[in-house]
Amino acid sequence: MPRRVFVTGLGLISGIGKDLHENITSLLEQRSGIGKIRYLATHLRDEIPVSEVKFSNEELFRLAGIEPAEGYSRNALLGMIAAGEAFRHAGLNAMPGARTGLISATTVGGMDKCELYYNDFLTNDNRNIYIETYDCADSTQKIADQLGIRDYITTISTACSSAANAILLGARMIRLGYLDRVIAGGTESLTKFHLNGFNALKILDKEACKPFDARRNGITLGEGAAYIVIEAEDFAMKGGRELYAELIGYGNACEAFHQTASSPDGNGAFLAMKKALTMSGLEPGQIDYINAHGTGTDNNDLSEGIAIERLFGDAIPRVSSTKPITGHTTSAAGSTEAILSILCLTNNMILPNLNFEHQMPELHFSPVRELITDIKVSHVMSNSFGFGGNDTSLIFKKAGG
Amino acid sequence: MERPAAWINGIGIICAQDTSGPGFLSEIKENTTDFLSVINPDYKQFINPIAGRRMSRLIKMGITSARMALLDAQCEMPDAIITGTGLGSVEDTEKLLAEITADQNILNPTPFIQSTYNTISSQVAINLKCNNYNSTYVHRAFSFESALQDGLMQIEDGSAENILAGGIDEMTLIHLNIIRRLKHWKTEPVSNLALLEYNTPGALAGEGAAFFVAGSERNQNTYCAIRRVRTLYKPESIVACTDWINNTLQDAGILPGDIDLVILGYNGDREFDDIYNTVYSELFPGKPAAWFKHLSGEYYTAMGVALWLGANILKRQVIPAGVRFNDIAVSSIRNIVIYNQYRNEGHSLILLSSE
Repeated sequence: MPRRVFVTGLGLISGIGKDLHENITSLLEQRSGIGKIRYLATHLRDEIPVSEVKFSNEELFRLAGIEPAEGYSRNALLGMIAAGEAFRHAGLNAMPGARTGLISATTVGGMDKCELYYNDFLTNDNRNIYIETYDCADSTQKIADQLGIRDYITTISTACSSAANAILLGARMIRLGYLDRVIAGGTESLTKFHLNGFNALKILDKEACKPFDARRNGITLGEGAAYIVIEAEDFAMKGGRELYAELIGYGNACEAFHQTASSPDGNGAFLAMKKALTMSGLEPGQIDYINAHGTGTDNNDLSEGIAIERLFGDAIPRVSSTKPITGHTTSAAGSTEAILSILCLTNNMILPNLNFEHQMPELHFSPVRELITDIKVSHVMSNSFGFGGNDTSLIFKKAGG
Repeated sequence: MERPAAWINGIGIICAQDTSGPGFLSEIKENTTDFLSVINPDYKQFINPIAGRRMSRLIKMGITSARMALLDAQCEMPDAIITGTGLGSVEDTEKLLAEITADQNILNPTPFIQSTYNTISSQVAINLKCNNYNSTYVHRAFSFESALQDGLMQIEDGSAENILAGGIDEMTLIHLNIIRRLKHWKTEPVSNLALLEYNTPGALAGEGAAFFVAGSERNQNTYCAIRRVRTLYKPESIVACTDWINNTLQDAGILPGDIDLVILGYNGDREFDDIYNTVYSELFPGKPAAWFKHLSGEYYTAMGVALWLGANILKRQVIPAGVRFNDIAVSSIRNIVIYNQYRNEGHSLILLSSE
């Protein structure tokens, strides 16, 4: 029998808060992190809004608990802050003796520094320390070094489903007995590289994104980092710690349709959700809430909406995209939204799909518009879909529920 | 711990050596340029030329080696497609960085899309119309090992019968010169055949692509059983590292004495090659040993070449003279351990058996 997997710790930094507590406060106040670009130096500053983490790199060093030094990308700092919080939140400092892994996700790694110093790399030795911080592994290794993790570390990059796949891999390794405990999630800082790249694809909204709205006009990018601690049942029960959720289902499917577009029938999304649902053993009607991928592009929201209708039929759960709150944090979106979904379980709430006004004519359901707090939430599904058709869906159950 | 075996049933490889014919490294190609670049196959045989025109070289290498592996295994539809790449498309990334550092708007989105690390896995899936599990690992010298281990775990838990997993990285002159600033690469051209004689810092850079089909069942093309793929990050000491190797073998029910051949990742960097000497003399003294980075150069997913080498040695029961590290004779080759480390950070081990 595979071992059961429980969530014992959460760590989150986003455009609406530097830690879990601040994020919860902002969620309850229905605040959004989206606004004018302040920290990223780009000529798109006045054209494209984003959800930035509201701290300079100097301030992030303080939040990460380290002295400012050369050789740290913003990506690594965000990751260290959120992974460190998850680790402490799980009460792990006093809990050695488990085979522990770190599985982290990122899409452009330390590109934030690389794009600043690339000309130096080409012509002189002044910024050599940042040469090694460019790749995707750098932030993962900085987190592992800070937390003392050696047994297993790796980095996943499947575009915007990266962190969901990190959680999936961690759960698989725990279930099969390769690891007892995994810190899994993702980190992404905004860069000119991917802001420009998405802009070239003409899929960035010039206003705050409005997923599932008939007049939606694209993505609003965000930055942040989110990690969860997951543990095998016998380890999770040690030390009388709080259990935040059980991970009972996951599904990964590839749409195999187009490199940057999803299919009209949402087949990849459908298959990922169906696999997760089958694994969980739940009936469609037992899912109380879907935290949708809901990017705000014409293509994603239509295809995801149709996939949800195909899978859930008459029993469509409450659905919202929280990207109007946090922005689309790309590789970190999967774990950011997994945490928001878990908070819905622990706080018995359902988060609103901000900025929604106009019903999509193609869909028979509308997203949740207001924060719901007088409700019991037992099972949540969190969707993350990426370029290349890399689609992943996770299902969490209220612990002890 | 008892874990079900998986079998290597198909291989596709693109590297600096000629791997196209029926021969097996009868001659090792000498290289005296800055890095070992691959012998490009005729990509048109594998990729629609119209689609291929827009593809960067890395994507072509990836799709082609993946198709070669599927053909070799006669596997039409793998249950998982998993790629490891330490750097992704360096060429596309460089194009974009040149535009961005000049603070230009990117006008052509193609390099951005291709620079996204998961492009190879998803392009392979699109070509096959394969809706199954799909993922990409991007962790330096763990990239390929993570991909392979992920695939083997899916066979183990019954999610998959056949998986396609591979490792791929490319080298460009720009990237080579950037990394030379860190002295990770040798600063002067060297001969790959004399790589271990220079006694200088830095490795010989290389590139390559290798995909593997592993399955829960043997078939007539089976190369070997793949029994363990493990990684260890920054061991506290060399003893912690040899203990880890020992424990991994023990976990598979193998003693160091049962090993018939040790394949080691010597890359000519005098700062780190001594780790291989220690591992060999502590754990496998008197055993036949081989090496492979003179074939391919060093790159994050070079273990793909080692796995190709080990799997072929088991299937053919021949150790090519050009890869032998010592002259110790061996009659029958049943168990091979492959051990690699990248700058003493990422350590990895693959255990292969003939049965």
